[in-house]
Amino acid sequence: MDSITTQVFQQIINGLSLGSIYALIALGYTMVYGIIKLINFAHGDVMMVGAYAGWFAITALHLPFLPALLFSMIFCALLGVIIERIAYKPLRNATRIAALITAIGVSLFLEYGGMLIVTAQVRTYPPVFPATQYIVGGVYFKYGDIVMLVTAVVLMALLHFTVQYTKVGKAMRAVSFDKEAALLMGINTNNIISFTFAIGSALAAAAGVLMGVYFNTINPLMGIIPGLKAFVAAVLGGIGIIPGAMVGGLMLGLVEAIVSGLGASTWRDAVAFLILILVLIIKPSGLFGKNVREKV
Amino acid sequence: MLVLEDVNVYYGAIHALKGISFEVNQGEIVTLIGSNGAGKSTSLKTISGLLRPKTGKITFKGENLAIVAPQTIVSKGISQVPEGRRVFANMTVIENLELGAYLRKDKTEISKALQHVYELFPRLLERNKQISGTLSGGEQQMLAMGRALMSRPELLLLDEPSMGLAPILVKQIFSIIKEINASGTTVLLVEQNAHMALSIANRAYVLETGKIVLSGDAKELAASEEIRKAYLGG
Ligand SMILES: Nc1ncnc2c1ncn2[C@@H]1O[C@H](COP(=O)(O)OP(=O)(O)OP(=O)(O)O)[C@@H](O)[C@H]1O
Ligand SMILES: [Mg+2]
Repeated sequence: MDSITTQVFQQIINGLSLGSIYALIALGYTMVYGIIKLINFAHGDVMMVGAYAGWFAITALHLPFLPALLFSMIFCALLGVIIERIAYKPLRNATRIAALITAIGVSLFLEYGGMLIVTAQVRTYPPVFPATQYIVGGVYFKYGDIVMLVTAVVLMALLHFTVQYTKVGKAMRAVSFDKEAALLMGINTNNIISFTFAIGSALAAAAGVLMGVYFNTINPLMGIIPGLKAFVAAVLGGIGIIPGAMVGGLMLGLVEAIVSGLGASTWRDAVAFLILILVLIIKPSGLFGKNVREKV
Repeated sequence: MLVLEDVNVYYGAIHALKGISFEVNQGEIVTLIGSNGAGKSTSLKTISGLLRPKTGKITFKGENLAIVAPQTIVSKGISQVPEGRRVFANMTVIENLELGAYLRKDKTEISKALQHVYELFPRLLERNKQISGTLSGGEQQMLAMGRALMSRPELLLLDEPSMGLAPILVKQIFSIIKEINASGTTVLLVEQNAHMALSIANRAYVLETGKIVLSGDAKELAASEEIRKAYLGG
């Protein structure tokens, strides 16, 4: 293959790896928004906590990658439930702006509380994967990239299955559509909301561990920018729509990789927010946004 | 079976139910009629636990409903078809029906209930896989009723099932309500269409701005001067 084609393929691989991380974070944003109409600005910080939990599991508990991932996901699932119960639940009937401000408060709490506990010092993720690289037609696949992609895809498939086909998934969709009607069915809406936070936070934790593995370093403020970008991804796909978050995340990752590939990597972050602005102007409901009209 | 005693319900400062008392006996069709804003939906929501009375008592088969969580009321045998259907428009017909049986565990019981619903509403079987937001208004009403029946309720609460339906469909829905009642389900029917409601009910209560102003045998009320003037167009 000529060098331009391999370049393009290389950037697509990079873009998909990064994009799958964005997608995992975006899913949490979108699920929480879908169910309680809250933009959970602390979500990126939950991802950060997940990165630290994974780091702790690998360095201090000497766990291999998968158990460490699981440890981090469970830890953050609990954290997500606690955050919802303590910070958001009392505001369930308050104005949206009050809830939004609270979310920003929780975000700052996690960032600076995190600094207090783990210090502002940057930590290095130990290499969990062999440095093996595969070269197919001039395109480099790192072993780690493949594991990342596979992990993200498996988690998204699991989520899709849960939401579409399980009882709790159907209850989630019912609660996000109409809480009162869900109560009439006998669905405990509070439990379903907690469950949604648990899943969203666990996915963020997975993203955090993958970020640590991908970029090697973690710090208490690492959640801010990916959190914002994942938010852009969720809006791009259509906030509240699960497949939208997956596609939005992957697209954003690809666009960033292509911009970097064109030698404009300093513009990478700006491009993400340019996309946000364009989406909000052209199609605020996002790529997958549609209106299911109710007939009366 | 169901007894409300001096129930007062508020929305903030708005006093929506002003000490209402009524009862529904096993096997009856009781209708609650009244014009817009009389408090009919508020009454049903209070029975289903979505709203809480400030004072007063609601008992179902002797049990105090005030201390039962809203999501648990359905397991006591009370199921509501809410005003405006409120089907889960983003989900298929069958998914809606499954959610109606959310608290039931017994698979054979669930499939029996489903069978029963399909017998009452063959249209729902035809439209099984359709996204319910795309159903017609009449089909959505059937779905909302079918969904409520999936819990096999002893008491079915219906909030304006005739709303927005063509006369022929209203007739059909009302004859199905009679059928549901005949198969052993007690019915509390809220309606603005007093004429139709009185024609199938055993007893009726008339609600006006949060108070019960009249009650009695449905046939007698339908014949009474007051009701004819106020609700049956002379
Ligand atoms: N969520 C609410 N907040 C404040 N007031 C409310 C609310 N819901 C109902 N009300 C008021 O309570 C009163 C009774 O309302 P309700 O919905 O029970 O009437 P209704 O008899 O069902 O009327 P309709 O036939 O139009 O459905 C009305 O005055 C209404 O404005
Ligand atoms: Mg009403």
